[in-house]
Amino acid sequence: MIEIHDLRFAWPGAQSDCLAIDELTIASGERVFLHGPSGGGKSTLLGLLAGVLVPRQGRVSLQGRDWSSLSGAHRDAHRADHVGYIFQQFNLLPYLDATDNVLLPCRFSGKRRARAASEGGSPRAAARSLLERVGLEPDLRARPASMLSVGQQQRVAAARALIGHPEVVIADEPTSALDAPLRDAFMDLLLGQCAAAGSTLVFVSHDERLAARFDRVVPLAAINRPAAREVQP
Amino acid sequence: MKGLLGLAARSGWNRRQTLSLVVASIALATLLLLSFDRVRTDVRESFSQSVSGTDLVMGARTGSVQLMLYAVFHIGGATNNIRMTSVQAISAHRSVEWIVPLSLGDSHRGFAVLGTTPEYFTRFKYGEHQPLALAAGRAFTGDIDGLYEAVIGAEAAQALGYGLGQRITLRHGSGSGPGSEHADKPFTVVGILARTGTPVDRTVHVSLPAMEAIHIDWAGGAPLPGVRIGPEEARKFDLAPKQVTAALIGLKSRAAAFAVQRYIADYPGEALMAVLPGVALDELWNVVGIGEKMLLGLSGIVALVSLAGLVAVVLAGLNERRRELAVLRAVGAGPRHVLLLLAGEGVLITLLGAGFGVLATTALIGLAGPAIQSHFGIALNLSAPAMSQWLLLAGVIATGVLASLVPGWRAYRLSLADGLSPRT
Repeated sequence: MIEIHDLRFAWPGAQSDCLAIDELTIASGERVFLHGPSGGGKSTLLGLLAGVLVPRQGRVSLQGRDWSSLSGAHRDAHRADHVGYIFQQFNLLPYLDATDNVLLPCRFSGKRRARAASEGGSPRAAARSLLERVGLEPDLRARPASMLSVGQQQRVAAARALIGHPEVVIADEPTSALDAPLRDAFMDLLLGQCAAAGSTLVFVSHDERLAARFDRVVPLAAINRPAAREVQP
Repeated sequence: MKGLLGLAARSGWNRRQTLSLVVASIALATLLLLSFDRVRTDVRESFSQSVSGTDLVMGARTGSVQLMLYAVFHIGGATNNIRMTSVQAISAHRSVEWIVPLSLGDSHRGFAVLGTTPEYFTRFKYGEHQPLALAAGRAFTGDIDGLYEAVIGAEAAQALGYGLGQRITLRHGSGSGPGSEHADKPFTVVGILARTGTPVDRTVHVSLPAMEAIHIDWAGGAPLPGVRIGPEEARKFDLAPKQVTAALIGLKSRAAAFAVQRYIADYPGEALMAVLPGVALDELWNVVGIGEKMLLGLSGIVALVSLAGLVAVVLAGLNERRRELAVLRAVGAGPRHVLLLLAGEGVLITLLGAGFGVLATTALIGLAGPAIQSHFGIALNLSAPAMSQWLLLAGVIATGVLASLVPGWRAYRLSLADGLSPRT
């Protein structure tokens, strides 16, 4: 579960805050669609949720831990343990094959490695079954990531975000590089797998057609009031 | 951390074309440094091993380095000869055990000719007091019957393909002009010395009377016009040497070395000097040492340049890898992991380059060693690296590790500033 309270964030050197969110709570297992125009601070918010950025003021907590209260190394470990992250594109390390890309979080989190192992017998077996569930053909598993199509890459990215059952999956416009049929198939598998794992899903997109498939829709513009800073005395 | 090093290796392998050039340039720099140092230590070694058991080297008054150069290394020439009577007078000193006169100046196909006495073969020592040994044949007799006999060093025999019984003619000086050949008085090879790794290997030895005989119808460095004295006719003349170039002196006690040295310097009949070989070799090495240090410095600069190339290549690739760093951050890598990844890559490349450099050095010395020995008389040992080479290798690796921190630090800064959304 995610809680935001009195969040203020400004990029270094910026004159004003780019994010000012007073209150946002996302319950465990909830699937939230966060939408807003490009350049509206969506990626910045995701960086804050994932603990890569820390707010200037206020509190962002994930699984009950305030990111600001953790040291840099502990933030990284907390993220590795609890967050699966999917980028818009270029999700994969080009020099690893699909399976090794899926296994990346297990390199950094003992917790997820252990959970993956307990589920599939070994992390590698868990990765294989996840790749099967996201519909990647078996003969593509050992292929270098750079030789996969964009749709295949996004499916591998989804498998990576899900391995070892992280409590929160964050997706940053993962379908924007996909055409309509691929997009729908990807949404099916992401929503389905998150539901099966009971993971919280925070899905960011500017494409409002996808909103209908989520438990809750949050327009960023409705919760973010960066101008508020200027009226403060 | 082990997993991270694996990632660095895989990532590097992905960019192997660029990185292999960097590895090659580090390997070449290592090769340069190591082989240069190997040559340096081995040259020094063969220098200090070139003469032993000789307490003093005597010659006309000149620089001590110059005297050593021509008397022992047969390089350059003497400014003056010394009279044989002076040599005899010095040999009468009560501390002198033996004296072996040396007469230099002629050559045979680029190899120095040394006129000396048969005693040379028993008195001359090299390395750890090792005497000369004959690989084949015998020493020249030194008398009238064996007048035109020559004993050649191992390298001369091998390079020229000479065996026992080979007929050779000597050339006046080291010149190559026509008419400077002592063609009328050919010598016969009667002995071939075993290899010593010293200038002896590249020397043709003849007796002092033979030196007199081939120059009997010469004056001032050219044949006397209209005078022809044949080889058999020459035997009838007085062939006792009147002048020699230098002499090796053995003392009854080394403690007398300074006394005898002073006695020679004060010899009233002629301007003479004597040097202690060890002292003169050190002095000679100091002269060579200046150039040697410069070359070592240059090799060091080459190593620095190739390591700067490493930094440049890794830094240049960094911008394209900002997405890769963001992905790593998203799966739980910290900025310190990113630093380690980049620095680890540099360290791997440095280690690979240094490793290949060591292999290449070994291969080079193994393959080119015999050729260097035959051309320059320097025996290069294919032995384990000496202390100085370990230090150089450690220096290369340490500098490489330090240099790798530069892209590592840059990546660290970038991944902090970028977060998950690199602005590329």
